[in-house]
Amino acid sequence: MIPELGHFTLILALCLAITQAVVPLVGSYTRTISWMAASRSLAWGQFVFLAISLAILTYAFLGNDFSVIYVAQNGNTKLPDLYKISAVWGAHEGSLLLWACMLAAWSVAIAAFSRNLPLEMVSRVLSVMGMVSIGFLLFMLLTSNPFDRTFPAPFEGGELNPMLQDPGLAIHPPLLYMGYVGFSVAFAFAIAALMGGRLDGSWARWSRPWTTIAWVFLTLGIVLGSWWAYYELGWGGWWFWDPVENASFMPWLIGTALMHSLAVTEKRGAFKSWTVLLAISAFSLSLLGTFLVRSGVLTSVHSFAADPERGVFILMFLLVVIGGSLLLYTWRAPYISGGGRFDLVSRETFLLGNNLLLAVFAALVLLGTLAPLIYDALELGKISVGFPWFNRMFLLTTPFLALLMGVGALSHWKHAEPSLFVKQLRVAFIISLLFGLLSLLPVFSAGNWLVGLGMGLAMWVASSHLVNVRDRLKNKRGFAGFWLDFKTGGRSYYGMILAHLGVAVFIVGITLVSNFGREEDVRMSPGDVSEIAGYNFTFEGVTQVSGPNYNASRGRFQVSKDGEHVATLEPEKRAYFVKTMPMTEAAIDWGLTRDLYVSLGEPLGGGDWSLRLYYKPYVRWIWLGGFLMGLGGILAVTDRRYRTSRMRSAKTADTANAAPAVSGG
Amino acid sequence: MNQYLRYSIPLFVFAVIAAFLYKGLGMNPREIPSPLIGKSVPEFSLPTVEDAETIVKSDNLLGKVYLLNVWATWCVSCRAEHQTLVHLSRSGKVEIVGLNWKDDRDKALSWLNRLGDPYVINIFDKKGRTAIDLGVYGAPETFLVDSKGVIHYKHAGPISMELFNETLLPMIEDLKRKG
Repeated sequence: MIPELGHFTLILALCLAITQAVVPLVGSYTRTISWMAASRSLAWGQFVFLAISLAILTYAFLGNDFSVIYVAQNGNTKLPDLYKISAVWGAHEGSLLLWACMLAAWSVAIAAFSRNLPLEMVSRVLSVMGMVSIGFLLFMLLTSNPFDRTFPAPFEGGELNPMLQDPGLAIHPPLLYMGYVGFSVAFAFAIAALMGGRLDGSWARWSRPWTTIAWVFLTLGIVLGSWWAYYELGWGGWWFWDPVENASFMPWLIGTALMHSLAVTEKRGAFKSWTVLLAISAFSLSLLGTFLVRSGVLTSVHSFAADPERGVFILMFLLVVIGGSLLLYTWRAPYISGGGRFDLVSRETFLLGNNLLLAVFAALVLLGTLAPLIYDALELGKISVGFPWFNRMFLLTTPFLALLMGVGALSHWKHAEPSLFVKQLRVAFIISLLFGLLSLLPVFSAGNWLVGLGMGLAMWVASSHLVNVRDRLKNKRGFAGFWLDFKTGGRSYYGMILAHLGVAVFIVGITLVSNFGREEDVRMSPGDVSEIAGYNFTFEGVTQVSGPNYNASRGRFQVSKDGEHVATLEPEKRAYFVKTMPMTEAAIDWGLTRDLYVSLGEPLGGGDWSLRLYYKPYVRWIWLGGFLMGLGGILAVTDRRYRTSRMRSAKTADTANAAPAVSGG
Repeated sequence: MNQYLRYSIPLFVFAVIAAFLYKGLGMNPREIPSPLIGKSVPEFSLPTVEDAETIVKSDNLLGKVYLLNVWATWCVSCRAEHQTLVHLSRSGKVEIVGLNWKDDRDKALSWLNRLGDPYVINIFDKKGRTAIDLGVYGAPETFLVDSKGVIHYKHAGPISMELFNETLLPMIEDLKRKG
């Protein structure tokens, strides 16, 4: 009975979504205030019903209700409670429910935090969110209902994919989805603005915090996913250019471009039609990612449920949402007024350059991801675009991005005096050049130019931003001066600095781990010692242990360097009871400057094992960099500017032109 | 009118992508019915991974039932599949011929040294020419070939023990019986 209730609330949510899509929109054209105002309560109602659905599905997992097909496929009585909960979104149907729930949560957030927005705008934005929601709820109810039942109920469930039984993966999909879905807000704002023909600075200012929050979620989600792949897949890699990974990376790239482009539109009123296009693209790529993952048109190591029937539905949905919004764009964009003029050497130009690079890189990733499909469809033969191609494209675009970052953050809007910033950046440039050349010395890298390039660029990004901070604080005294600046409206500036320093940290990590990482695949008997990058790994043999829903062989290693004990590592090879797939649990001794990583391969008889030993220098810096980027984003959205503008426009509620925001930097 | 044209570029790009996606739905990338099923392995003459001087020709492989496995060290799924291949070759149920695809000889050799070598012969297809003739979609891919050199089955993606026992093994036994 209770699962039927979940099904029922899902249907109710769909009804509300349809109402939310239609009524406020019509109201916004007929100027019926009550119809427009209904959008907020409708968003709340939809959210409440979807939350009930999600709670009921969770309850079914916790109570092992195997009469629900989805629970029977992914749940199990022996599954620890944490994974029973994460199993709710561990497979297709449930992850869609989570998607829909989050979309509703974002709508509620708009309803709650939009008191300073014109009602007309709010109602159109929520109406667009409602339309997106209709698509997802229909998709669920028609092709992938998580509450479908089966009789008789099986005694035991099929269990969550062991690969997903991990604390990191319990929170990775929700974060990622929050990011994907969050771009729907920027999308809805863009569409609403196109409908009303009101694309101005205030539109950009309203969209900015939402976009940044979504971007933060996506960033953290990707970082967590990469970290998970690193320790769980047991291959020591942290990024595989897998279609599923690309599906999250493309919206991230475009989202990054969008954040920067919105800044230009807000401050200078320029790039309006480009910004709108980015807002549409970021969300479109999120939807496309869903299509690629769910439809099975591409093969992937992630290989979730693939079903052409569902693919047809999502494709139709894509056609309506993306096609429809691009059609609206074609119709409306020619009437968007141009923004303020700017010189060739100005912050606008540099930001446009970075935008184009990000967009080109995203297009290349899209091309690489779809290439097998395109080749196949054109009957040109079958190809696979592998790791090397993506890496080459990465090396082709990102160095220019890093170069532009250093200049862009320092230059002025509208017109930058080249001689001035040459003077400012001279020191940073020389330091970076020296640092890059120094890292080419035989003791470090023996002339590996990639190391020189990476280290030089990282130093460039870091030093140019530090010069920037120094200049800003020139007339302020010491830490107190910085703190005052930070508190009084400098948060978005320091957020930007922190995020960009995160990029520098990321570059260091990726450069060092790619060029100095060592890996050995060895055969060892108990008592054997293997050396890798100066570390001695002593193998002490393997014992059998048992977990709640698996048995495991657990190896034991003592690691020492120069005779001193460094760590004891205990990698496992698990065999899960239900899905009898072997899982490698790598053991990692982590450190800021290096990870030592051991994973068990196969038993080779007589107590011998095949093993993989890795030395991963500075690998943590990759995720640390991503984390700093996310932190920078959080800092930026908490800027006083957004709060003051809210207070200010609250006084002049619902006027067409909100007062221009105080400019922070 | 021209202004509309300029702003409709994104729409056209999307239309093209959507057309490909629609076409893609009709194709199943995992079990592409290879046009080569029922036909002979395309002719080739390539060196082995172990030795650039030793040339293997397609005729050299006649006379036995074998699995032709396309692999590469840059391919993540191949790594996952490798344990299964080593296990299979030890079981003696079937011989496996490797086609090392667009790879680096040193990397391939150290991979085999470290992870074990399940292959009776390992062909080195640096340029990927033979892989194209075979219609390889992506690594790993596995073909079942009979003693006359005719392809009977193709699997894209890593092979599992389940797939081997349920699909491949009955076909292999059948082919061996027929000689």
